[in-house]
Amino acid sequence: MNKTVDNKGWFFVLPVVLLVAFNAIIPLMTVVNFSVQETFGDNVFTWAGVQWFQDVLHSDRFHSALGRQLLFTGIILAIEIPLGLAIALTMPRKGPWVSVCLVLMSLPLLIPWNVVGAMWNIMALPDIGLLGKFLNAIGFEYNYTRRPISAWFTIVLMDVWHWTSLVALLCYAGLVSIPDAYYQAARVDGARSWAVFRYIQLPKLRHVLTIAVLLRFMDSFMIYTEAVVLTGGGPGSATTFLSIDLVKTALGQFDLGPAAAMSIIYFLIVLVLSWLFYTLMMRNEET
Amino acid sequence: MALELKNVSKRVGAATHIHETSLVLEPGTFNVLLGTTLAGKTTLMQLMAGLERPTSGEIWFAGHNVTGVAVQKRNVSMVYQQFINYANFTVYDNIASPLRVAGISAREIDSRVNEAAELLRLSPMLKRRPSELSGGQQQRTAIARAIVKDSDIILLDEPLANLDYKLREELRDELPKLFAGRDCIVVYATTEPSEALLFGGKTATLFEGRVTQFGPTSEIYRHPNTLTSARVFSDPPINVAEVRKVNGDIILGDKVKWKVGRAAQALADGAYTIAIRPHHIIPTNGSQEKATIEGRVLVAELSGSESVIHFDMNGQTWVSQSHGIHPFEVGSTAKLHVDVDRSYFFDANGALVGGAG
Repeated sequence: MNKTVDNKGWFFVLPVVLLVAFNAIIPLMTVVNFSVQETFGDNVFTWAGVQWFQDVLHSDRFHSALGRQLLFTGIILAIEIPLGLAIALTMPRKGPWVSVCLVLMSLPLLIPWNVVGAMWNIMALPDIGLLGKFLNAIGFEYNYTRRPISAWFTIVLMDVWHWTSLVALLCYAGLVSIPDAYYQAARVDGARSWAVFRYIQLPKLRHVLTIAVLLRFMDSFMIYTEAVVLTGGGPGSATTFLSIDLVKTALGQFDLGPAAAMSIIYFLIVLVLSWLFYTLMMRNEET
Repeated sequence: MALELKNVSKRVGAATHIHETSLVLEPGTFNVLLGTTLAGKTTLMQLMAGLERPTSGEIWFAGHNVTGVAVQKRNVSMVYQQFINYANFTVYDNIASPLRVAGISAREIDSRVNEAAELLRLSPMLKRRPSELSGGQQQRTAIARAIVKDSDIILLDEPLANLDYKLREELRDELPKLFAGRDCIVVYATTEPSEALLFGGKTATLFEGRVTQFGPTSEIYRHPNTLTSARVFSDPPINVAEVRKVNGDIILGDKVKWKVGRAAQALADGAYTIAIRPHHIIPTNGSQEKATIEGRVLVAELSGSESVIHFDMNGQTWVSQSHGIHPFEVGSTAKLHVDVDRSYFFDANGALVGGAG
């Protein structure tokens, strides 16, 4: 096969290249620039090499923020994926309730992050909030500004409330795309509902679940607003996740170099983990 | 072990999918449900299988009323138009799946799966997954899964519709052989009259949720009881016109006229609806008693072995189907010969009163 080389093609790709350059490559390169130099403002830079990277990678503060981040994302995925799948399985597939369910499910998705944070902040207030008061009334010592476990509980609850719908809607879309004939065939075979789920629905949902896990992973790994609105990363540094730590370093302490190094490391972690997830789930597909 | 539908009907909301229908299907028979899309073939099969409950009427099997019995408890199997297999099972496991659900010993499963695979020529593919098979092989797997169960009733819902021409022909030849000598009731739904003729057995013609006729296939083809049955069982569409019988002549419109043939000799003078199969209107004049008609050619389809000419007949589109290549210019006037002995006459209610194919 002979492929003709047509340089005019580049001309058509140019707008996209420019756009990507402006919103991704140039900012990223600026960060790279900061991460290898020392600056005190006034555009005075001195070379720092890999100093900042070493500092960040050896800092206990970064380690604990990363640990908190991984734990949080792990909890989120462990709750939201099965819960979303379960909700999708119980949603009706036909009839007037379908649209009601869909609207109800999409409502949380329409609410901005900071509003979600503010809502739950008020709701969880131990003295006047509905949730806070209730939890204390039934015997839990619940106070998110003083007890780390309370703060974690609130943020996890917030995220589950906010984003389980997304997983459920994705799974629902996957489920309705399975033709009725498959369910009928399974019934004719005498398969029980567990077998229908395990051998018909789950295989068909594999792609959708991969997407759901990826989206929820990337998003929860970058959680910022909710924790900031609730306690500003506290109590102490109990809910200081990677992004909050980064902002504290960059804008609180104005340590631009270490902050830049940290964001590159942060970025690479998200990238590598996403790639890992994706290849692992897609490899399963083939075997 | 016959399957009996007694005055069965199915309504969903305001729509009636199946009007009151009674049918008796005998064991060891191959039954074709013939009808266009939405005629009710699939609904009727679902009622037979127990996937749907009839709105009224009863379904009996082997002398027992099974109307409310769930599909899992009836020994039926079904093959669909889509190739439905478990995607992450091998062909072997797919065929074995209904037996495993039934809790049959591994040794017996093995011998039965191998036997079914042998019959459907799947033996070399047993270790593959459905995604690694051709469409024809995927459907063979689904059919193997249906026959391995040794069901009392096997329902095939347009199983060949999604296959390409070659594979369809191949599987169509094999299907009757697969079921020959089995004591099960086979029900096969199709939109194609030619498939019904090929399979023989018995045919039920369906039209808008009603079984218009049921009996041995050739019988139904030769003696359609109504105009509707004749229409369902004809492809290309049967040619229909209002005619009058006057003094031994058949008069169509005000120009066309021919001597009455054997078909309508016994009929009283009066108005009838005539129906003539497309292959009984041909460009060449054979030995049989023929009438000559003329019509403007609308479409001429020539394939390697036959000619299909659509022409205008007194304001209606008629079709002539003949062997060999008979080129006609579109717009020209074609001279065609009607085998008048082979025409059907229906009365005002659409019931057959004379004639035979």
